Amino acid sequence: MMGRRLKDSHWWWVGLGSLVVLVVLPGLNAFTSVTHPLHVSDFSINLYGKYLSYAVLALSVDLLWGYTGLLSLGQCLFFSLGGYALGMYLMLMIGKLGQYHRELPDFMVFLGYPKLPAHWLPFRDFWFAAAAVVWVPALVALIFGFLAFRSRIRGVYFSILTQALTYAASLMFFRNDFTFGGNNGLTDFKFILGHDLRSPATQRALYLCTGVLLLLTYLLCSALTRTTFGKVQRAIRDRENRVLFSGYATADFKLFVFVLSAVIAALAGALYVPQVGIINPSEMAADKSLEAVVWVAVGGRGTLLGPILGAVGVNALKSWATRALPDLWLLLLGTLFIVVTLFLPKGIVGLPEQLRQLRRRPSRVVRPTAQEAPPAAMPVKPQAKPE
Amino acid sequence: MLPPEFILTLEDVDKSFDGFKAINGLTFYMDTGELRTIIGPNGAGKSTMLDLITGRTRPDRGKIEFGRNTDLTRLNEYRINRLGIGRKFQTPTVYIEHTVFENLLLSLPGRRSVWATIFSRTRPAQLDRIDEVLQTVGLSEAREQRAGALAHGQKQWLEIGMLLAQDPKLLLVDEPAAGMTDEETVKTGELLLRLAGRHSILVIEHDMTFVRQIARKVTVLHQGAVLCEGTVDEVQNNEKVIEVYLGRKKKDKH
Repeated sequence: MMGRRLKDSHWWWVGLGSLVVLVVLPGLNAFTSVTHPLHVSDFSINLYGKYLSYAVLALSVDLLWGYTGLLSLGQCLFFSLGGYALGMYLMLMIGKLGQYHRELPDFMVFLGYPKLPAHWLPFRDFWFAAAAVVWVPALVALIFGFLAFRSRIRGVYFSILTQALTYAASLMFFRNDFTFGGNNGLTDFKFILGHDLRSPATQRALYLCTGVLLLLTYLLCSALTRTTFGKVQRAIRDRENRVLFSGYATADFKLFVFVLSAVIAALAGALYVPQVGIINPSEMAADKSLEAVVWVAVGGRGTLLGPILGAVGVNALKSWATRALPDLWLLLLGTLFIVVTLFLPKGIVGLPEQLRQLRRRPSRVVRPTAQEAPPAAMPVKPQAKPE
Repeated sequence: MLPPEFILTLEDVDKSFDGFKAINGLTFYMDTGELRTIIGPNGAGKSTMLDLITGRTRPDRGKIEFGRNTDLTRLNEYRINRLGIGRKFQTPTVYIEHTVFENLLLSLPGRRSVWATIFSRTRPAQLDRIDEVLQTVGLSEAREQRAGALAHGQKQWLEIGMLLAQDPKLLLVDEPAAGMTDEETVKTGELLLRLAGRHSILVIEHDMTFVRQIARKVTVLHQGAVLCEGTVDEVQNNEKVIEVYLGRKKKDKH
């Protein structure tokens, strides 16, 4: 009965969250005057839109790490690839309004390109770019994942490889002759589908799209985790060998999740770029992906609300801290991660349950290992290694 | 009636790790429906033998066949499992965050592809089957418990239950009594005896009391090859066995 009630209250929170994000905030932005006390500024809407796309990215990390036990430290690669794909379209939509008043994007004029490279041509079409947002990251994830999982690369080796992958990609994108703007990346966007990107209405629409993407991603993940597939996912996380020796080709399952979460991250990146107005190779840097992992850890991995709360919460904190205490931000983030790892293994979302247990057994330290450990009289076997 | 065919055939199998011959000219036959126990000192190659059968490692040389003419040396773990070979690991290997019920649900026979698991629904017949397995391994009461919260012995039974749920033709059980209390060990023995006949079972064990309880035919492995085969008494009175295994076992018995 308890479970039932919890589940219902959970949907209630999802409904309330969607209402605030998709109706109340944009409504207050659109229909109240700037002087109204409840007015949500254009700046805020733009900022929240960024948070929401981070939340989608966090969900993609959680689907891999929290649910399948694959700690990817290169998820921002897919986020950036999605961003670049849409960025190419946005770049071509600037037209002659650039600094050099030429058909060619500014950076190409600057770098002395004679004409638009052939692979840029089809990106004049929005839908081609939108398709590329999905298939390019999916293909990269498919190839990398196929090789990694077929070779049975697991645990920390997988994490290191994903980090190497995103690092290698960022080095490639930093090169001027890689045709994606090098160091400066793609920026100075003006129009999307004929709408002015600087107008509040366009930004509001982008914010709404991001909110809808977050809701859909949430619903998809929530549905997926409740299927047998979701159970297999968590079984792989907890005891991959048992799954393999039960007749499941675990590599296929991991590949599927890896590609799916790459696509989710890419969609988030594609909506992020028109809202922040720039995409450059620093988005692929290893520390960005690490940050996404911290959001998930802080919010609560292996849950679906956790990553969203973590992404929005940590980034709101970042927005505040980088203004109020700019020198201390990284220190603060590191401390937060350590505190969460040591004392909040289930993140913010697991906090109520921890407090409840603390109240029930006030004498015990809140450490999950303390509750999980079998009675001392029993032979304690190492759990993590079947063999 | 046809004579019972071998469910498992190993002939002249070799396997070395960095020059160490873990398995050295191993030849082993097992009848369909048989309950066989394998004993042997540490390093005799018992676990390596299971690794070879289940596709975890490949032999350097030799024949490993399942039933009539199914070559196991070219197949990987999950394909070998789908043929009907279930393996229980030495340490209990269950899905700790899933309930006992879910552990069994994931083990039931059925299509194992990504798509099949996304769109599959649990059928009533499957629920009945799970309850039946729960009863067999004595975990009906623990149906909705998280597997990680089970006692050590119960985890071992759950893993055996997970094998049963797959309805395998051949069960490979690696040290089922390890770390169990005496009472749990006896119960485990009874469970295996009940299953014998319906399944072919290969048990690897150290605990001689337990071996005495379940064994019909015992194979002694030593330095990667079969030292001798026979009943428990025959094996225990065999000069060579006393020398390499039982003698040593008595000395360092704790």
